[in-house]
Amino acid sequence: MLFCALCITAVFGFLVYFSCPLLSNARGLAGIFSSVWKPFIGEFGILPMLAGTFSLAFLALVLACPLAIGITCFIQGLAPARPANAVRSLVYFMTSIPTVIYGFVAVFVLVPIIRDTFNRGAGFCLMTSAITLSMLIIPTMVITLEADMRQRAEEVRLGARSLGLTPAQELLWILLPCSGRGIVVAMVLGFGRAVGDTLVALMVAGNAPVIPQSLLDSIRTLTAHIALVVATDSQDQAYYSIFAAGLLLFLIMALLTVLIRTIGGRFGQREKRHERAS
Amino acid sequence: MKKVTFITVFAALCAFLAAGSIQASELDRFIGMKGKIDIAGGTAHIPVMNDAGKNIMKFNPDIRITVAGGGSGVGVQKVGEGLVDIGNTGRAVSEAEKSKYGLVSFPFAIDGVAVVVNPKNQVKELATEQIQKIFSGQVVNWKDVGGADAPIHLFTRDEASGTREVFWEKLLNKGDVAQSANIVASNGAMKVAVAGDPHAIGYLGIGHISKDVKAIVIDKVEPLQENAKSGVYRVTRNLYMNTKGQPTQLQQAFIDYILGPDGAEICKKYGYIPISE
Repeated sequence: MLFCALCITAVFGFLVYFSCPLLSNARGLAGIFSSVWKPFIGEFGILPMLAGTFSLAFLALVLACPLAIGITCFIQGLAPARPANAVRSLVYFMTSIPTVIYGFVAVFVLVPIIRDTFNRGAGFCLMTSAITLSMLIIPTMVITLEADMRQRAEEVRLGARSLGLTPAQELLWILLPCSGRGIVVAMVLGFGRAVGDTLVALMVAGNAPVIPQSLLDSIRTLTAHIALVVATDSQDQAYYSIFAAGLLLFLIMALLTVLIRTIGGRFGQREKRHERAS
Repeated sequence: MKKVTFITVFAALCAFLAAGSIQASELDRFIGMKGKIDIAGGTAHIPVMNDAGKNIMKFNPDIRITVAGGGSGVGVQKVGEGLVDIGNTGRAVSEAEKSKYGLVSFPFAIDGVAVVVNPKNQVKELATEQIQKIFSGQVVNWKDVGGADAPIHLFTRDEASGTREVFWEKLLNKGDVAQSANIVASNGAMKVAVAGDPHAIGYLGIGHISKDVKAIVIDKVEPLQENAKSGVYRVTRNLYMNTKGQPTQLQQAFIDYILGPDGAEICKKYGYIPISE
């Protein structure tokens, strides 16, 4: 535990230390938090990448959320045992597909479809990458949510049956309303996975360093930015911007972790109160 | 009867081995050598390094050669920090890099960079000025440069790319590239993107051109390695090997091999022009 804490502190210190040259340049922080990335004329703004990361992760979450909840309900009560198990196995299988496969398939299948359907841009865009990414985060969300729901289902089953509820009614009126915490935790985890993913964004999002104005704009995420710039001249200022990008990612992830813990804690306390009251 | 067959086979084998050793005279410099060479960096170099390494290791199994990619920047960092023996770059190392790490550079081949479009595109040639306008985003429709009425989809390479650097310096004259251009991370990804999009325009190392993409004639000059060699086609770059300080005996032997006739053959095989020519 102590060792882990030390490691994380060391990583954090390392990131801060290496972003220093950029933080302390003439225009300081304003240089990084500008919306212009033109490294060849000394503009190192990573705001477009921050915007890209958030819009991509948010959109992927919006797409994945209803699907993940639907799939979980299907597995958890709507479907007979056999199809439910088949879908569950499929979801588990999806977690083991390497990200690069999703990216690869998206480049050859989804990109031309989006390009030809909307007839604007090259198909490498926010929408394409969000759809691909949602495929990636759905299994994470389903597994989290299902674990939570299954536990709850055991608690309420007898009561629900004695009220004469069908499994579908039980799911809709009791389980789902009870699973608020599970849904929020699954969303936060899915969001974190979407923020942290590199390859899908790198392969499918187009990587143009501009703040997205439309779903069909080419965007660049912080992770893809690091991957693209890490191979540049290491004595160059552009190189240090990836430490700033890393620092931002680190902070976003830390924030999400804190968020999950707080949610878990708050709901936990409320439940304890419920138990005591009953 | 059996004996005769055996003798024939033996003789054939001897002849084969003898022929092999005559061919391999370039490899003689590795006789009696021992050790390991680790190579990393520019991705354009990989096929050449792999072939050379294979030949050398087959000739003398006491020598181990490993080849990794990573890009020009990684090549400089790794050789500079002493993690590998030879760091490859598709660009000249910067003064800052040279002075920080004490690098010695060995250019060995020339690579041309060509502008490519989808084979379905009817545009066959462009002037330098038109290409500059397309990439800066001033011209956004193919009909303005003699093509069909369709939007131009721009594809460019990442900041670390040596291909991008030569294209930007020699053809765009360090001019602006539209911020909204899509960025791909390798020559392979560029080929996939342009081959799959009828309205795309991008650029590739000449060695990477195949029937999946169409190379554009620029100012009436075809982007062929011959034209790059004669200097008529000027969008070219050198490929370098770099060592930290002067190379050791084994490293020098490897560099000499790449620079020699065998190395030149390998370079040509992968579409590069050996610097010796």
